[in-house]
Amino acid sequence: MTMDVKNKMIDVRDVYFSYPHHNENEAVHALNGVSLHIEKGEFVGIIGHNGSGKSTLSKLLNAIIFPSQGDVIVSGLNTKDHQNLWTIRQTAGMVFQNPDNQLVATIVEEDVAFGPENLGVPPLEIRERVDRALAVVEMQAYAHQKPHQLSGGQKQRIAIAGILAMEPECIIFDEPTAMLDPSGRREVMETIKRLNRDKAMTVIHITHFMEEIVDADRVIVLDKGKVVMEGQPRTIFKQVKRLKEIGLDVPQMTELAYELRGEGLKIPDDVLSIEEMVNALCQ
Amino acid sequence: MLKDVTIGQYYPTGSVIHKLDPRTKILFTTAFVVMLFFLNNLWGYLATFLILATITLLSKIPVGYIIRGIKGLVLIIMLTVVLNLFMTPGTTIATLGPLSVTLEGLKVATYMALRLIFLVVGTSIMTLTTSPIDLTDGMEWCMRFIPFVRRYAHELAMMMSIALRFIPTLMEETERIMKAQKARGANFETGSIISRAKNLIPILIPLFISAFRRADELATAMEARCYRGGENRTRMKQLAFEFRDHASLVLMVMMIVGLYLTTMINIPLGFPI
Repeated sequence: MTMDVKNKMIDVRDVYFSYPHHNENEAVHALNGVSLHIEKGEFVGIIGHNGSGKSTLSKLLNAIIFPSQGDVIVSGLNTKDHQNLWTIRQTAGMVFQNPDNQLVATIVEEDVAFGPENLGVPPLEIRERVDRALAVVEMQAYAHQKPHQLSGGQKQRIAIAGILAMEPECIIFDEPTAMLDPSGRREVMETIKRLNRDKAMTVIHITHFMEEIVDADRVIVLDKGKVVMEGQPRTIFKQVKRLKEIGLDVPQMTELAYELRGEGLKIPDDVLSIEEMVNALCQ
Repeated sequence: MLKDVTIGQYYPTGSVIHKLDPRTKILFTTAFVVMLFFLNNLWGYLATFLILATITLLSKIPVGYIIRGIKGLVLIIMLTVVLNLFMTPGTTIATLGPLSVTLEGLKVATYMALRLIFLVVGTSIMTLTTSPIDLTDGMEWCMRFIPFVRRYAHELAMMMSIALRFIPTLMEETERIMKAQKARGANFETGSIISRAKNLIPILIPLFISAFRRADELATAMEARCYRGGENRTRMKQLAFEFRDHASLVLMVMMIVGLYLTTMINIPLGFPI
């Protein structure tokens, strides 16, 4: 695939990463030669079961950890170069799994201000950024509340606002919905999709829930520290058997279509949503 | 159990005292506490009482609420009084078996009790009228003027504010763990003090493990948001001294001078002390 270098948001080139262990032979090889790229404005879903290296990958993109081998280039900057560290962390913001463990301040708006304060943004501009970020996640009404009084989904939206206030070009979501109830999950997913659609924010969404990425631009499947599949959600999810082999689910409707096809029904193998299923069955 | 302790709690009423800059209140309270230790006669304590009473009225905090704060310290105050009463050498005015009360002992005990009460009331008015965040910001500013502490002012303030942020989270977690352990047959209500203390272990261990995990995740999240200590950091909310703050600082100087002058008064108040 050829593309304009300018449009490259993130470029991961043959990256290896192992977590240190006191016994060198037992070091955990989390990533074994991963190469991938993310374009500006793209919505990319990354899936893989526990231990596939997806969390490690997300931390590499944000320069929290550094590759043992290979390069991670974020917006043209190599994470290995320590001079780039803060620019990279500002460019590629990160939202984590546990909403409680990423809110720092005792008041919502103070927490949103945390990032820009760290960047040394002038006070008046911080105020503007905070108000704008809270408006984007539709949490202005909660600006003066305490984080522990909010629901999981609301806390996660505050975490997103905190990243938005740093004005990043790309946001990495590391299983942001894993600890939320269904309604919280819906809130957060709507916010993420809106950011990508309306604000042209590059989104990398790491998840366990396949339904969340059926309308992603691209899906990347990781297994044992390697990229094993990559492509449009429709072409990935129709490979039900292969996904099951690496311990992954498929969206419910795709699964149903797969089972029905097994029973001899003539249904397309790339059904993703309930609507598509209804259409397929009514034909 | 802990609900009677009013020290460190915030009681919003929107009064003038609440609106003062946290730095003003910290400076005022510090001056007040220091002056308490210079007082040497009842005139001084009378003046201090009047100052405290005025501030309390201005703060619009119910007096009963403040007095409840002293309740928790009754034991410490009693102990100080009893120790001073019997242990100070001097003119004996009464004997109780092998123990004797001296005139000097009575004097020291009274002063100590008053001093402790004023100390607690004075500092709790500060915390009752200042939100924890404002207090932290104010302390960060004040610490910049203390040698040796100056270098860690930002870090200490950040630690305090994170502690404040996580107190409710950890309380919730403790409650959850307690319920989980109760469901598994743990007993926290009966038995001797020692066995009850032992029963707390199954709560404390999971709580600590989770606190460490939280700390690790929070540190990662802070770094991901470009946190790198206090250097070059800006703040959204800027502290600003206003007219009422300048006025309060003038009053503070007057208080210091006034209280110092009382130490020179040599008119007996009608009591032997």
